[in-house]
Amino acid sequence: MHNMKETMKKVTGYHLFWPLVCLGVVLLFNLIKTPSFFQISINNGVLYGYLIDVLNRSSELIILAVGMTLVVASSGGTDISVGAVSAFAGAICVYALGTGETYRMPYLAGMLLAVLIGTLCGAWNGFLVAKMKIQPMVATLILFTAGRGMAQLVTGGNILYVKVDSFKRLGSFLPHVPLPTPIFVAILVVVITTFVLRKTALGLYIQTVGINAKAGKLVGLNATLIQFLTYAFCGLCAGIAGLIITSRIYSIDANNAGLNIELDAILAVALGGNSLSGGKFSVAGSVIGAITIQALTTSLYAMKVTADQLPVYKAIVVVIIVVLQSPELKRMFNTVKAKRASSKQEGWWHNG
Amino acid sequence: MKSEEIVLTMRDISKNFPGVKALSHVDFTLRKGEIHALMGENGAGKSTLIKVLTGVEEFETGDIHIAGNDKCIVNRSPQEAQVNGISTVYQEVNLCPNLTVAENIFIGRAPRKLGGIDWRTMNARAKKVLQDLNIEVDVTKALENYSVAIQQMVAIARAVDISAKVLILDEPTASLDESEVEKLFDVMLALKKKGIGIIFVTHFLEQVYKVCDRITVLRNGTLVGEYEVEKLPRVQLVAKMMGKDFDDLASIKKPVEEGKQSKKQEVLLKAEKLASLGKIKPFDLAIHKGEVIGLSGLLGSGRSELARTLYGAERVDEGTLTVGGKKQSVKAPIDAMKAGMAFCPENRKDEGIIADLSVRENLIIALQAKRGMFKLISKEDQEKFTEEYIKILQIKTADMETPIKQLSGGNQQKVILGRWLLTHPEFLILDEPTRGIDVGTKTEIQKLVVKLAGEGMSVMFISSEIEEMVRTCSRMAILRDGVKVGEIEEADISQENIMKAIAGGDEHA
Repeated sequence: MHNMKETMKKVTGYHLFWPLVCLGVVLLFNLIKTPSFFQISINNGVLYGYLIDVLNRSSELIILAVGMTLVVASSGGTDISVGAVSAFAGAICVYALGTGETYRMPYLAGMLLAVLIGTLCGAWNGFLVAKMKIQPMVATLILFTAGRGMAQLVTGGNILYVKVDSFKRLGSFLPHVPLPTPIFVAILVVVITTFVLRKTALGLYIQTVGINAKAGKLVGLNATLIQFLTYAFCGLCAGIAGLIITSRIYSIDANNAGLNIELDAILAVALGGNSLSGGKFSVAGSVIGAITIQALTTSLYAMKVTADQLPVYKAIVVVIIVVLQSPELKRMFNTVKAKRASSKQEGWWHNG
Repeated sequence: MKSEEIVLTMRDISKNFPGVKALSHVDFTLRKGEIHALMGENGAGKSTLIKVLTGVEEFETGDIHIAGNDKCIVNRSPQEAQVNGISTVYQEVNLCPNLTVAENIFIGRAPRKLGGIDWRTMNARAKKVLQDLNIEVDVTKALENYSVAIQQMVAIARAVDISAKVLILDEPTASLDESEVEKLFDVMLALKKKGIGIIFVTHFLEQVYKVCDRITVLRNGTLVGEYEVEKLPRVQLVAKMMGKDFDDLASIKKPVEEGKQSKKQEVLLKAEKLASLGKIKPFDLAIHKGEVIGLSGLLGSGRSELARTLYGAERVDEGTLTVGGKKQSVKAPIDAMKAGMAFCPENRKDEGIIADLSVRENLIIALQAKRGMFKLISKEDQEKFTEEYIKILQIKTADMETPIKQLSGGNQQKVILGRWLLTHPEFLILDEPTRGIDVGTKTEIQKLVVKLAGEGMSVMFISSEIEEMVRTCSRMAILRDGVKVGEIEEADISQENIMKAIAGGDEHA
């Protein structure tokens, strides 16, 4: 009995426990409501199904959530410009490659340029937050509003299409590969990030600076540089996400590319059990959070909810998930349990 | 002992934290109109007992009775405790600095008139409440205009005005100067006259003997006993707290004496006309190998600032710093670390610990920073180092993955010390390393300092307690108003001389 309690405590204390439970609940709901959700079929040599779709569609979100996780951890603030930066990076890529029958410059160069632009935007945010000590929300508000405007400048206010076929690969399938490419890109970003965080002291540095920047400085860390790096990296992630978004529809629509995705990215970080006030973080948690959000969206579509109504249902579920994870609810739950236990004891007193 | 005199009894209180028995079968009794000291070393269970009483933590067994209530009370939150007549004032004042004094006293229960707040009545009542405690302040001014001491007394006034049976003062004197402490004691005595039972948690022995009636001593989560102050000499109190005979202080001094022959060793560090604008005026200072140099002066005299300037934690505006014969340009702490320095800051909570990280991470962080981002210390080495320093410094922790914030203050300080010893510095700066920690750990740290110096490390020691400085330092520099005004050689170090030098008596003569 006692042992089981201990094990239960260990399991529920595991930092990914609640994020996983939330994802599980969303999936379970589907199992009952839409059994076809779990079917995977092969068509023309590629895999089809809701699950594949969830993973595919969540790729951009995962990539952004990884960057966002580090920004939140190091500065206790959020980068709300990632959606706009994605659109800007996408616009730059399309503009550089041109809308003709052939590319204006090598495909790879265009992609690198977009990622570079994303990184520069992130570096700008990082400069404002880390060096100029501006509130992250305010600092990133600048590119949040200006980013789409700059994208419009690049596209001249039009939706630009890329006609070359290879441009679609990043957002759809590579030849002879049964899984969509974005999944691989997301995996690559997560694996490389995790590897760097594990094999260097960067993860420890980010947490230290996020928890106590003053102490961090006194033990010899350059808090400014570390915060700056996380913002620059977040911009890099936004650049990559922008490439995927653009490639999916082989065009850039500066007004709608990555619209509101920054909010989902922040939510993914929170759903992953990360504190939005900075400090300790879990990239894996954010990835689970991102998948949960996309699973929710896809399941609502599968239930024939229209795109206009979607936010309402999403909001309801998100409220439930966030409240479930809140420490206050756990405290209330414990109090009720304690009260019940003490009233039981009192009853026993009266009987005896 | 008549039972109606008693306002609070706690019986057989037990509380476990994972892996640690925080309290086991502790009894505590508080009488009407007495000041009762709760004493014990860090980790003895004082804080836990207070937290259990005020509903911050739950307890497993035992019961709490309060006068005027026949049933056992169980407090689940500080608010509930307050309703039951138990109020607490912490070392850090938990009030709103930008509201007025009166607002702070009546926040959440302001007198009302015509649906709005009745400001006049509120201000008048606030004034009266404070006057009862012999405090004259303008209650319509914002709280932040007043010193920490006054703020604390406002907090006390508020607590007493809300519910006045039991008042808990948790380390209230730690951030006060001597005259402010006197003032606080006046307030405590006034409250005592009113019949309020006061629980006084403190580390300062003198203060206990000045105002308290009784002492309850805890050790390792168990009750040692309850004593009347007059019947318990200080030495015995210390012995009871430590559970052993108090280390004779003379025994620490000895190694210093032995180290004397090896003095006048080579100069390790030399500062010439070093200054940081607005913090510390240009100063010269030479530090020899294996000496303990003390910095003495009043609070705000520039002691910390001098140390911080050496370490690069304050911007260096002029002057030169030479370490081991090489000129160093110290722009940031990392430069100082690479030159062999280490720095334990004065404010442990704000600048020392990284609260959410584990003991292990807190220990290795400085060494890791010194090595650089790409040379991660392997997990095995991290664990080896941590185990080693937990053993050497006798750090009390459930295990090395426990978040440091769960440790007691003294143990947190030991972790910070370990963090720096691990970098094997040649020059260790300790700014108030013994503040707010218990006598036992204090002595341990002083001994460690002397031992390290004996092994050739140079140590800079800053403390507000002159006694402690006399015991540990082999040379002292005196500061006044941001200026280094003199030095005292070992032979002349005595409380009297230091006081004189600080006060600015005759060091020019």
